[in-house]
Amino acid sequence: MSYRVLWSSLRLVLLATVVLGLGYNLLMTGIAELAFPHQANGSLVKYNGRVVGSSLIGQQFTAAKFFHGRPSATTPPYNASASSSSNLGPTNPILVKQVEHSLSKILESNPGVTRNQVPNSLIESSASGLDPDITPTGALLQVQRVAKANHLSVNLVRQLVLSHVQARFLWVYGHSYVNVLRLNLALEKLVGRKGIGG
Amino acid sequence: MTVQGVLQIVVLLGVVAVVGIFMGRYMFGVFEKNKTFLDPVLLPVERSVYKVCGIDPTQEMRWTTYALCLLAVNVVGFVVLFILLGLQSVLPLNPAHQAHVPFWTSWNTAISFVTNTNWQNYGGETTLSYLSQMWLTVQQFLSPVSGICILLVVVRGFSRSQSNTVGNFWKDFIRCLLWVAVPFAILGTIILVALGSPQNLHGYIQVSTLGGGHQKIAQGPVASMTSIMQWGDNGGGFFATNAAHPYEAPNVASLLVQLIMGFAVSAGCIWLFGRMIKDVRQSRAVFVAMAIMFSVGALVMYHYELVGNPIVNSAVVSAKAKTANHTATYRSNWEGKETRFGIGTTTLFENSTTAVSWGSTAASNDSLTPIGGMMTLFNMTTGEVIFGSWGVGMVGMIAFAILAIFLAGLMVGRTPEYLGKKIESYEVKMAVLAMIVTSFAILVLAALSLAVKPGISGIYNPGPHGLTEVLYAFSSGVGNNGSAFGGLNAASPWYSLTVGIAMLLGRYAMYIPLLAVGGSMALKQRVPVGAGTFPTHGPLFIGLLIGTVIIVGALIFFPALALGPLAEHFSMQAGRLF
Repeated sequence: MSYRVLWSSLRLVLLATVVLGLGYNLLMTGIAELAFPHQANGSLVKYNGRVVGSSLIGQQFTAAKFFHGRPSATTPPYNASASSSSNLGPTNPILVKQVEHSLSKILESNPGVTRNQVPNSLIESSASGLDPDITPTGALLQVQRVAKANHLSVNLVRQLVLSHVQARFLWVYGHSYVNVLRLNLALEKLVGRKGIGG
Repeated sequence: MTVQGVLQIVVLLGVVAVVGIFMGRYMFGVFEKNKTFLDPVLLPVERSVYKVCGIDPTQEMRWTTYALCLLAVNVVGFVVLFILLGLQSVLPLNPAHQAHVPFWTSWNTAISFVTNTNWQNYGGETTLSYLSQMWLTVQQFLSPVSGICILLVVVRGFSRSQSNTVGNFWKDFIRCLLWVAVPFAILGTIILVALGSPQNLHGYIQVSTLGGGHQKIAQGPVASMTSIMQWGDNGGGFFATNAAHPYEAPNVASLLVQLIMGFAVSAGCIWLFGRMIKDVRQSRAVFVAMAIMFSVGALVMYHYELVGNPIVNSAVVSAKAKTANHTATYRSNWEGKETRFGIGTTTLFENSTTAVSWGSTAASNDSLTPIGGMMTLFNMTTGEVIFGSWGVGMVGMIAFAILAIFLAGLMVGRTPEYLGKKIESYEVKMAVLAMIVTSFAILVLAALSLAVKPGISGIYNPGPHGLTEVLYAFSSGVGNNGSAFGGLNAASPWYSLTVGIAMLLGRYAMYIPLLAVGGSMALKQRVPVGAGTFPTHGPLFIGLLIGTVIIVGALIFFPALALGPLAEHFSMQAGRLF
C-alpha cells in the first residue's frame, strides 16, 4: 500500500519537474520573447546606438550635470547583480549616521537648498538598492544645480522634470515619481541639441 | 492619514470580494460539481496524468490514507528538490556561473518550498542558476495545491454526514493543479511580462552606464516565477529583494496585479467553503471577520510609516523649523521603501504579504517603524488566518471558529455545534493542539536562539530590534509565510536548521490534527438547526471569532512583543538609540 503510494508520488513529482519546471518556464520564455521582446529582455535603453542600462534599474549618478538617485545599500551602490536593502532598524545609530551623511552631501552639492526642503526619500536608502526613481520633490530640488552645470536655463530644466513626472496609478495607488535615467537621457539630448545648434 | 491611503484598502478589499466569489464558484465546479469551462482542454490532460502516475482517482479514502498520500508527495518532493539543488554546479542553464549550493541552503530551501513557506536564506541572483530557480517553481505549483487538499478534507467533514471517507487525494491534488494552479499562472506570467518583468535565459548584461560607470544587470525567467509565486501564495522571489526589485515589480500596476493574484485563491477558499456546506452566509461572516482584521492592520501600519521615525526626522529637520512648525517633524519613513510604491501601497502590500501568507516583500521589513513591523508579526503569529495561504488560511479560521463556538458554549452551558455538527472534546483538543504547536514552536525556538551563541551572533541590529528579528524569523517559518524581516544571518547553520524545523512544525504539526478533525466530523450525523443553535453568520459571531483570534492566537505573544517592537517603539519616541 504505502509502497504504491510512494511510487505514484515519485512519478507525479518527476512529471511535475519536467512539465512545470522545464515546460512551463521555457514555454513562457518563448511566448514572452515573441509577444513582448522589449520587456522580456530587461527593458534595455539605448543611447547613441549603445545600450546604457535598463529603464527599470537605477544607476549611480555622481556628476553635478546629472540628476542623482536615492542612496543605494548594495555594494558597490546600484549593483544590479546583487540587490540589497540596508536592513537597518529604526533605532540603529548607523541609520541616523547614514541619513545625516546623505543629507550633508546633498546640501553640499546643491547650494541654496535648506535641510528642511530635502525629502526623506532622497536621504534614506531604497528597498532594492536599485530604485530607478525619485519623487518629483527630490528632482525639483536638484534643478538649480543641474541647470547651472549644463548651462541651461532653470526654467527649461524644471519643465523637463515636470514633463517626466509619472502620476499615481488609478489616482490612489503608488506615488508620483520621476525616472532618473530617462530624465538624464532627455537632459543629455537637450544639451546635445543645444551644442549642435550653437 | 490621507484619503488615498484609506481608499486603496477599501478598493482592494472590494476587488478581492468579487474575485473571491468568482474563484469560489469556479473551485466548487472543479472539486465538487466536476464541471467548468476549461473541461474540454483539461479533461484529457487529467486522464493522461492518472495514467502516467498509475493512479486510481475513483477510490474514496479515509482521512488517514488521504494524509499519508499528502505526506508522500511532500516527502518525495523534498528529496527530489534537495537533490536537484545539490546538482546545480553540474547542470546547464547557469550563465552567471553560480557555484555549488551549500548544504544548509539546500536543506532549508527544499523544506521551505515544499511547505509553501518560501523562506529564502539566499539571494536568488547571487546563488541560484536559472535551472535551479525553475526547480523551485515546481514546488511553487505543488505546495499550495497541498494546502487546498487539507481544506477539502476539513470542509468535507462538515458537508458529509455519517461518512468514513473524505475524498480521493490524487483526484483533488491533480484537479487543483490542472484547473486552479496552471492556467492562471500562465495568464499571470503574460500580464507581468507585458507590465515590464523580464523573461529570458540570457547571461547577466554588462553595460557602460550614462554616468560613465559599469553595471552588470541580472536577468532570467523572472515573470514566470513571479506569477506562480504570487498566485500560489508562495512568495519566494527570483531576486534577493523580491517584490521590491524593479524587475519583479516594475511599477505599481504590476504590484497591484500581484496583490490581487495573491488574494484570489485564498478569498476563493472562503466561498468554496460556503458552497460546499450549502450556506454562503457563513462565507460572508468569515470574509467580514478577516477583512476587519486586515484593514486594522493595514491602517495601523500605514499611520506609523507615514509619521515616520522621530529620531531620524529630528536629526534632519533644523531646530528653527521644529519650533516654527510642529508638523514639520512628521516625515514619512522611506528607509527600505521604493519610490514608485509610495508609503501607502508599500504598507498595503506588506500587510497583505504577511496576512495572506505569500511572503514576498516590496519593502525592507527590517526598516519599518517598530509598530509597523509589529503588525507584520501580528498577522503571522495569529496563525495566518487573515485570509492566509491556499486552503490552510481557511482551515485555520475553521479551527478558530470551533474554539469560538466552544467558548460560547461554555458561557451558556450547552453542547456547542458548528455548521450542523456537534463539537466534542476530540475536535476541541485537536484544534487546541494545532494552536499550541505554532505558539510553542515560535516562542521556544526564539528563546533557544537567544540562549545559544550561534543564535545571538546571527543578529544584525542591536537592542530590542534584534529580538524582533529573531521572533520574525520563527513566526515567518511556523506561519509558512516566508517573508523575511532581514537583519538575521539566516544562512548560518543554526538558523537554517531551526527555521527549517519551524517550517515543518508549522505545516505538518499544525494541519495534521486539523485533518483529523475533518475525518471525525465526517463520521458524525448532522443535527438539525434548533432554537438553541448559535447562529454563526451574524455580527455576534464575527465579533466572537475576531476576539478568539486575538485572545487565543495573539495574546500569548504579548510578552515577547512587549520586549521587542513595543519596547523599541517607546525608546524611539524618547529619542533613544541602541
